[in-house]
Amino acid sequence: MAGRVVVNVPASAKRGEVIEIRTLAGHVMENGFRRTERGELIPRDIITRFVCLYNGVEIFSADLYSAVAANPLIAFTTVATESGKLEFRWTGDNGYSATESASISVT
Amino acid sequence: MTSRRDFLFLSSLAFVSGRASAQLPPNIAAIRAAALEAAIRKVTGGAEVKPGRVILDLPPLVDNGNTVPVTVSVQSPMTEADHVKAIHLFTEKNPQPYVMSAHVGPRAGRARVSTRIRIADTGKVIAIAQMSDGSYWSHTVPVVVTLSACLEDGLI
Repeated sequence: MAGRVVVNVPASAKRGEVIEIRTLAGHVMENGFRRTERGELIPRDIITRFVCLYNGVEIFSADLYSAVAANPLIAFTTVATESGKLEFRWTGDNGYSATESASISVT
Repeated sequence: MTSRRDFLFLSSLAFVSGRASAQLPPNIAAIRAAALEAAIRKVTGGAEVKPGRVILDLPPLVDNGNTVPVTVSVQSPMTEADHVKAIHLFTEKNPQPYVMSAHVGPRAGRARVSTRIRIADTGKVIAIAQMSDGSYWSHTVPVVVTLSACLEDGLI
């Protein structure tokens, strides 16, 4: 199952500049504590892990739990070191996985 | 010999205590507090958590607990020698205390993470920063929640 994801990375940056990266994944993040009208527990279905790689090197990762809101937004910063590719990976319950990439040119 | 008066008194007592024990919910507040403490201990490994250096920014009055914007920033030079390794977020009143653990490093440049969280009830939100030197710093913010997240059955 692949989901819809959006990332926001500046297209270009100066070397050494701290850039902000914003990511959004379309996901219900069903927390596993809610019940249906018939009283049955709705099973948990959340994204559990997010990883960001900068030219293959992991620069940020996060473990998510049920208390993260639906359509999880994660914003973080990194130093623009070199031109290249940023890869984003989300994985979760029921085999959920999504990937996205963005390129940045550093001058 | 039990008089009629004694009998009535005792039976009413039995009735009241029986009802009380049947209706008393489990001590959820204590269970949640213990879970929060266990969660924090799991992250810190029993190390001392000092208040300071961390700034947890979230609205003090939350209209809708289903999406609460949260930003955690930590005062740190973010160099190879002195940086933030991880930022952990916890809530006091949710069915389980974990919210998010963000792993950062010197390449982050700035120790600052934003996300959106769910908060079930009026209570505390705690951010703990794990530094490269092994120390832990925290910031606790009390929030008031009007519409709670997670639970529709009122089991808070």
